[in-house]
Amino acid sequence: MAKIDRSGEPLLSVQDLRTYFYTRSGVVKAVDGISFDLHPGETLGIVGESGSGKSMTAWSILGLVPQPAGKIVGGKIFFKGQDLLEASPSEMRQIRGSGISMVMQDPLTSLNPVFTIGSQVIESLRMENKGPAAKLREMAAALLAKVSIPSPETRLHAYPHEMSGGMRQRVVGAIAISRSPSVLIADEPTTSLDATVQLQYLKLLKEIQETTGAAIIFITHDLGIVANMCDRVGVMYAGKFVEQADVLPLFDNPSHPYTQALMRSVPDLEVDVAHLPSIEGQPPSLDDLPPGCAFAPRCEHAFDKCDTYPDTFTIAEGHTSNCWRHSGDYSVAD
Amino acid sequence: MATFEESGSEIVSDAEPKLLSIKNIASTAGKILRARLPWAPIIIMAVVVICAIFAPLLAPHDPTDIDIGVRKLAPGENWSYPLGTDRLGRDMLSRLIYGARTSAFISLVALGAGAVVGTTVGLVSGYAGKWTDTILMRITDAAMGFPTILAAMIIVTILGAGIANIILAIAVTVWARFARMIRGEVLQVRNRDFVLAARITGVSPVMIIWRHIFPNVINTLLIILTLLVGQTILLEASLSFLGLGLAPGASAWGLMVAEGRDYLISMWWLSLLPGLVITMVVMAFNFFGDWLRDTLDPKLRRSI
Repeated sequence: MAKIDRSGEPLLSVQDLRTYFYTRSGVVKAVDGISFDLHPGETLGIVGESGSGKSMTAWSILGLVPQPAGKIVGGKIFFKGQDLLEASPSEMRQIRGSGISMVMQDPLTSLNPVFTIGSQVIESLRMENKGPAAKLREMAAALLAKVSIPSPETRLHAYPHEMSGGMRQRVVGAIAISRSPSVLIADEPTTSLDATVQLQYLKLLKEIQETTGAAIIFITHDLGIVANMCDRVGVMYAGKFVEQADVLPLFDNPSHPYTQALMRSVPDLEVDVAHLPSIEGQPPSLDDLPPGCAFAPRCEHAFDKCDTYPDTFTIAEGHTSNCWRHSGDYSVAD
Repeated sequence: MATFEESGSEIVSDAEPKLLSIKNIASTAGKILRARLPWAPIIIMAVVVICAIFAPLLAPHDPTDIDIGVRKLAPGENWSYPLGTDRLGRDMLSRLIYGARTSAFISLVALGAGAVVGTTVGLVSGYAGKWTDTILMRITDAAMGFPTILAAMIIVTILGAGIANIILAIAVTVWARFARMIRGEVLQVRNRDFVLAARITGVSPVMIIWRHIFPNVINTLLIILTLLVGQTILLEASLSFLGLGLAPGASAWGLMVAEGRDYLISMWWLSLLPGLVITMVVMAFNFFGDWLRDTLDPKLRRSI
């Protein structure tokens, strides 16, 4: 894995982002104080269970929080120095696609069923490239070739339903990188693909990153993918990062009880177990969070101090964890 | 046994590429007839359309030709006038044929205008949401709640009688039906992933509506359109019957029913024939619309 230069200005800097949903049953804090920096060429993994706010973090960055219930209530998102939360709708449209782009989870539904693959790739290309239709078709074919779609020229004329899930997800990828964005958000791009196709797709993303130098935000719940794909990882629980670290330190020394529990529940092929360990209990409902640490009710180490939200403790350089266990107050008495 | 022979003959006809062989034509015709299409409505609709287009060629007489010599003929009394004549001696059949032209023209233009306006409002309202949606839908509610007959009376009083004003009166109220239905569809389509994907790519709202949402609501549009044709014809007939619009003497079905009203006992055919035609045509369009709805979009079955 190439070393990432973190000395320069970050490409994308998210500071204390808060995205809340105002629903009938109360305020849902989907994203509650997320901060991270993303440098050119870096891959950040955001890991967490369903409903922990991973996807909403992505939608917030793109300025596409579901309306009218959702609202970004706090924080700043700087992309190349520009605050996206202050940008006008037309500036945001400019940034989407050409600055920040995204691959969604389900390739079966993210292509319009009534248009050919070609016209959908060209739709994105046309926003930046003026020129005759033939030239755009050529560019579209080149893009399809770039995401390893065989016989791209003929595939341009195919409709989405004529292609397999893996091929469609490649097309979605082609559209996402069509205007060479500097940040690519991949929201569980392989969840709905077969295991064999998953690996191919992940390799493809890596290749794309190597050739374009794009930074990737990789949203997933699969720690195996994180280990292979990411440089840095943020573990998300109930709208907050509970642990942030580079990928190796995280796997060597998982510090937050939630991270540790996640790691334990990854199956190990070398060891025979009767039951795969799972995390007891359910993720908390986001409109009714406990006052302190949200993981405390499921945590085997929870003690009285967990009723207040833990500070951020630095485990090592660039490795932080939000857990009172790192303070001196935790006794191993129990 | 029969099925075996049938499949056998198909293989033979495949082998010889003669397109216009009698066997081929017969088998194609058979296929069409065996398809489960609503044949009665289709035939009635076809007759109306053909009459509307070729009225001058099909009508045996000039529908406005007054001939005192042949007045008040009952249907069948004189075979030169198969459906009889009215009290001025005008041929009933010719008037009915020309009436199809009037009805078709008025419905087509009024519905067309209504569809364009209504679909645009529905698309914008459904996609934009928020206050745009609220305002447009309140206007739509108002238009839907406003009786068409009343709208027609106001328009005719202000602008005078005439085909154009009947069309205007119908269009002014009918667009709301389109707006409502299309908006409902848009609300479903707009949250589909490919619309989101287009937004992620930075496609402008106008292009998203036009390229990604509109093609996905065309089915619904087609269904509403056919279902409303019947109602529009009925509306046009009602307006003509009430004397709001076409000048007396014009060939319009509603007008003919109105003219025969005073002679229901002595000359029953004057009102009965156009009345029957209206009923049949409206039913044909309704049945066809129902069939189309069930075929294209079974979801909608209970919502129109």
